[in-house]
Amino acid sequence: MAVDRFPIEAGHIMMFARSAGDPNPIYYDVDHAGSSEVGRIIAPPTFVQAAAQFDPDYPLRPKIGQPWFGSGREPSGAAGGGGGQRDSASAPPGGGVGRGLHAEQHFEYHRSLGVGDVLSVTTRPGATWEKEGRRAGRLTFAETITEYRNQDGDLVVTARSVGVRTERAAAS
Amino acid sequence: MALRARDLEVGAVFEEPVVEDLKRTQIVQYAGASGDYNPLHTDEVFATRVAGYPSVFAHGMLTMAMTGRMLTDFVGDGRLTGFGGRFTAQVWPGDTLVATATVAAVREQGTEHVAELHVRTVNQDGVEVFSGTATARLDP
Repeated sequence: MAVDRFPIEAGHIMMFARSAGDPNPIYYDVDHAGSSEVGRIIAPPTFVQAAAQFDPDYPLRPKIGQPWFGSGREPSGAAGGGGGQRDSASAPPGGGVGRGLHAEQHFEYHRSLGVGDVLSVTTRPGATWEKEGRRAGRLTFAETITEYRNQDGDLVVTARSVGVRTERAAAS
Repeated sequence: MALRARDLEVGAVFEEPVVEDLKRTQIVQYAGASGDYNPLHTDEVFATRVAGYPSVFAHGMLTMAMTGRMLTDFVGDGRLTGFGGRFTAQVWPGDTLVATATVAAVREQGTEHVAELHVRTVNQDGVEVFSGTATARLDP
């Protein structure tokens, strides 16, 4: 994922916090946030994951005018009943399509992140390794390192994500 | 209010229920906020009939976001310096999750006071769904 511009917006933070069931007023109440230690509405700890909203090529969002692989008239929107999405070889590591699942996520926080900041996002591949799973067959792990920098070019968050691809569906 | 190092003992536990009877709609709400609309999380027909799962299931990152709520309720806003872990089991609609932080260490790092925490989230059957660590800046 490469994102040139991820503006940190109050409405987005409010919706993200709501979706996590987090009622903390630091995420929506300007007056409360303004008089707090952090001084403004800040991003929840995992909020940078929402950079996907600003990635033009993010594969897990329906895009205008393009086919989407979720159900419509058929269980899968993809021609041939799922085709590529069931093929683990075509699933992006960490992306979550088909047999790709999210195995680990780690964040390091270097600076405050809040409303008004504008992040840019760069990713690079990390290590890859394999393991034999009990129920899901061969597991292929792949690491991705993501750096989030603010409008001043300062590093705000470093994330390390590990995606796993499985041979078969593994229901926990 | 942030935590104070002098009040915090190794082994202290902070525990918080973070969701009761998880609804499919909350999973969709997270999809909308995060931008991850993977049909495995948002589309019961796709998840069951195409992908072969018993139902849709929560994004690992939703579990982590809910676990993060417990952490910020414990250490205060803007105090985390690190948070990470593994998604150890899937989270399904109907699940009830409790997140726990256990103080592993309290140390001074230069002029700062830092807490190291073990983080664990379990479901209603006691099955661990997230296991990790966090670090936070403390007041003296």
